[in-house]
Amino acid sequence: MAHPLIAWALALLQTLLFIASAPLLAGWIKCVRCVLQNRASPSVLQPYRDLGKLFRKKVVLAEEASWLFRSTPYIVLGTMILAAAVIPLVTVRLPTDAIADVIVLVGFLALGRFFLALAGLDIGTSFGGMGSSREMMVASLAEPAMLMAVFTLSMTASSTNLSTAMHYLLQSGLVLRPAFVFTAAGLMMVAIAETGRLPVDNPATHLELTMIHEGMILEYSGRHLALMEWASEIKLMIYAVLIADIFLPWGIATRFTAWALVMGVVAIGAKLALLVVLLAVIESGLAKMRLFRVPEFLNLAFLLCLLGLLSHIILEVGI
Amino acid sequence: MADPNLTEGTVLTLALAYLAVASALLSALVALATDRYPVVFKITSFVLLGAAGISAVAAGVMNLLSGKIHTAQLGLGLPWLAWHLRLDPLSGFFMAVTGIVVLAVAFYGPAYVRQYQHGPQPLSVLGFFTGLFVAGMLLVLMADDAFLFLVAWELMSLSSYFLVTYQHQYASNRRAGYLYLLMAEISALLILLAFGVLAQFSHSFAFHAMRHAQVPPFWATTAFVLAFLGFGLKAGLIPFHAWLPEAHPVAPSHISALMSGLMLKIAVYGLIRFSYGLLAHIRWEWGLVLLLMGTASALWGVLYALMQHDLKRLLAYHSVENIGIIFMGLGLSMIFIGTGHPVLGVLGLIAALYHTLNHALFKSLLFLGSGAILMRTHEGDLEHMGGLIRRMPQTAFLFLIGCLSISALPPFNGFVSEWLTFQSALQVSVLSNAVLRAIIPVTAALLALTGALAATCFVKVYGVAFLGRARTRRIRHAREVHWSMRLAMGTLALLCLLFGVLPTVTIRVLGSVTKLLLHRGLPSASVHGWLWLTPVSAGVASYSAPLVVFGLLLALGIGYVLLHPRMSSGAIRRVSAWDCGFGALSTRMQYTATAFSMPIRRIFNPVWLVDESTTVHMDPREPLRVASVEYQLHIGDRFWPMLYEPVSRWVLSAARYVSRIQTGRVRTYLAYSFVTLLVLLWLIR
Repeated sequence: MAHPLIAWALALLQTLLFIASAPLLAGWIKCVRCVLQNRASPSVLQPYRDLGKLFRKKVVLAEEASWLFRSTPYIVLGTMILAAAVIPLVTVRLPTDAIADVIVLVGFLALGRFFLALAGLDIGTSFGGMGSSREMMVASLAEPAMLMAVFTLSMTASSTNLSTAMHYLLQSGLVLRPAFVFTAAGLMMVAIAETGRLPVDNPATHLELTMIHEGMILEYSGRHLALMEWASEIKLMIYAVLIADIFLPWGIATRFTAWALVMGVVAIGAKLALLVVLLAVIESGLAKMRLFRVPEFLNLAFLLCLLGLLSHIILEVGI
Repeated sequence: MADPNLTEGTVLTLALAYLAVASALLSALVALATDRYPVVFKITSFVLLGAAGISAVAAGVMNLLSGKIHTAQLGLGLPWLAWHLRLDPLSGFFMAVTGIVVLAVAFYGPAYVRQYQHGPQPLSVLGFFTGLFVAGMLLVLMADDAFLFLVAWELMSLSSYFLVTYQHQYASNRRAGYLYLLMAEISALLILLAFGVLAQFSHSFAFHAMRHAQVPPFWATTAFVLAFLGFGLKAGLIPFHAWLPEAHPVAPSHISALMSGLMLKIAVYGLIRFSYGLLAHIRWEWGLVLLLMGTASALWGVLYALMQHDLKRLLAYHSVENIGIIFMGLGLSMIFIGTGHPVLGVLGLIAALYHTLNHALFKSLLFLGSGAILMRTHEGDLEHMGGLIRRMPQTAFLFLIGCLSISALPPFNGFVSEWLTFQSALQVSVLSNAVLRAIIPVTAALLALTGALAATCFVKVYGVAFLGRARTRRIRHAREVHWSMRLAMGTLALLCLLFGVLPTVTIRVLGSVTKLLLHRGLPSASVHGWLWLTPVSAGVASYSAPLVVFGLLLALGIGYVLLHPRMSSGAIRRVSAWDCGFGALSTRMQYTATAFSMPIRRIFNPVWLVDESTTVHMDPREPLRVASVEYQLHIGDRFWPMLYEPVSRWVLSAARYVSRIQTGRVRTYLAYSFVTLLVLLWLIR
């Protein structure tokens, strides 16, 4: 263990790295998708340019907007930053890891979503209400599946603390856990639903009756929209890092030496790049689902997570 | 089982508790005396109620902090059974909770009851029964023998019946009141029988005798089942919940806060007192029943709440949900105790107690908030509201805190207790029974579903009522309520935040309750200081609410400083909302509560009795043109046809059968009485 001050400084740096690299991940997805679809791709840095443009633009606000509408972007981004702060990205055993365990992490995401959905209802347009209603439906079915996956992890490692659980997984070495196979599939489906990717929601759509996330933020502009976009990019990164952390924890730094930290950065970069390729392949291969097929999709996710939990109880805790 | 040691602390604590009951009773009497003078009534009666609240909080907190047991006997009651009173940390905790809510209601009341001043019913009736109701609840908490317990219980139930039917000019209120009374009496009967089983072995109605009674396992389970049914009925557990969404909404809102926020907790108190306090050996099977019933209640409660669009009815269904969560905590605790893991049993019990406190706070806050809306707009239907955040900004802010708390979102209080329940459920790997190990995580996942659905429901409530644009004229002209009402709501909202941010302190104080019941506290929870909540150990789970709040404020502050004061973008331009080029938006285009919950209605369709019909009226002159479309939706409670209607039919036919012996002649009745007397004499010979 290093000096606490160094540890806190590292935690701060890691959080900054997390939120700063989130747009890069979004840009990388766009690139891979373009390559898969035989299109010329924009630069990987395009999301940064978009954010910069939005930050410079003036805010146009609807007349009906209340203070809740105006403060929501800050709250949503704040919760996402907080969530990013408690996830081990480069190294485990940081002091911020203990602030919140995985259940609290799910709570942070729910807090952000609560305000996002309220903001969708604030102006009183149909699009906003539609987006909020659908977002809450998807979320209320995804959250139990997510927690079920979390339970499997925490029962395996006897800890809901992500850092401790990762440490346990690293120490127990390469063990094939049937529970984790199911859980990984379930959690990936949850991640697709929660981050609004195809086939649940289409992040590229606008003014279409199928949209969920875009419907809620339709009335935002300027820096408010920039904050919202950035928050949703961080959210995507949160889920990607979470999956990488739980199912592929190898490579993350367990000591605070320069070499380990550099290796940690390289490892998480490589894992995320690969995961995103997988996501892009899924997105390119599937069409958007009808809204009321989404519950079936999420039920499958829940079932997979339940199977994971049960197989953990039956096979691993044992007799 | 400490003997009454008459130290100064004992005298003071008991005196404060007596003072609380006496002020509540006095408040009732003053209300009767000042019938003609509403202004005097409002001042004196509510001041006395507030005094009752303050002294109850003081007595409860002193008791919790000292952790001592104070007993006393009063020269009242039956000739051979004086009234036994006892204040221990368990009753102290519930007394403190009661005091907080009563105090808030006392602040809220004077301005709120103004609307009833010129109504058909006298205010004095309201004041009288409110005082009796509060006194009844406090006495239940202090009772140390079954006789006083039931007398106080009945005082509480009956006085609240009169509060439910306060506005008895409406037939629906009378019907709700009758249902409430019926269920309350069945509950009292079951509780009486439960005490009767214990009294059989203790040969006394005093609780201290029951604690030492040797009860065979079969009879202990019988007593537990009776008590569970009795208290569960009063707490509104599924499937005995039918009275709750009928009775709670029709009372005046500050009474709804007392009923939903407190009276249900008194039932929880009764169950904890009975099972942990009186029955010595807790069995894990009881816990399993509690856990399953609690899970069912939580899920059904929230699903039914989602379908309501009457605000107070919706809140009443949420009480069913939250009682379910409390029972889940109790069930987990009993399972762990029964299988020989008392430390985890303590964790579950603390989760249940914490949620009890939290629910009392946020549910009262929400009911008081709905009362504020009702008072200013005379609108209880969500579909007619909208945009209240602009008309009643402070009420809207306080109501938002209530919504965040009940939706179990960090850093508010509802989250802490649900988190503790999760942590307790996740310790299943210590159990050797594989079925339990499989069931408990699934119930935890259903708790997660409940939490997510509750958040959906409160997005609906807040979004439809407070956001968007006003749907009716009365909403458009609503005004902010009196400052005293806002003060009451503000106090509760502040407590919601405080108990969310300082869980370690709370849990340390709750330790004296578990020390009383289970002979141990939860020292591991606060071993790392007030900043870190570590229920089992730091390695297993940790949560630091103060740091979460700090981090959130830091992120918000930095964001605000960097972005807000025109770093680049300058002033905000206000324009009308995007209408897709079709002309101005009307308030009828907004999403309604029914529309908002439609996806959920479609997914969980079999849960409700959905009666949905769409009629298209064609224009008689142009047969292809649609003149109007009529949409009707009615959501019924499945338990009515499944449980209540068969039972009521059966009772009715049985009554018809029995009525044959009713002749109407006096001498026949005298003969009946004589025979009954003989039989009784022979029985108890």
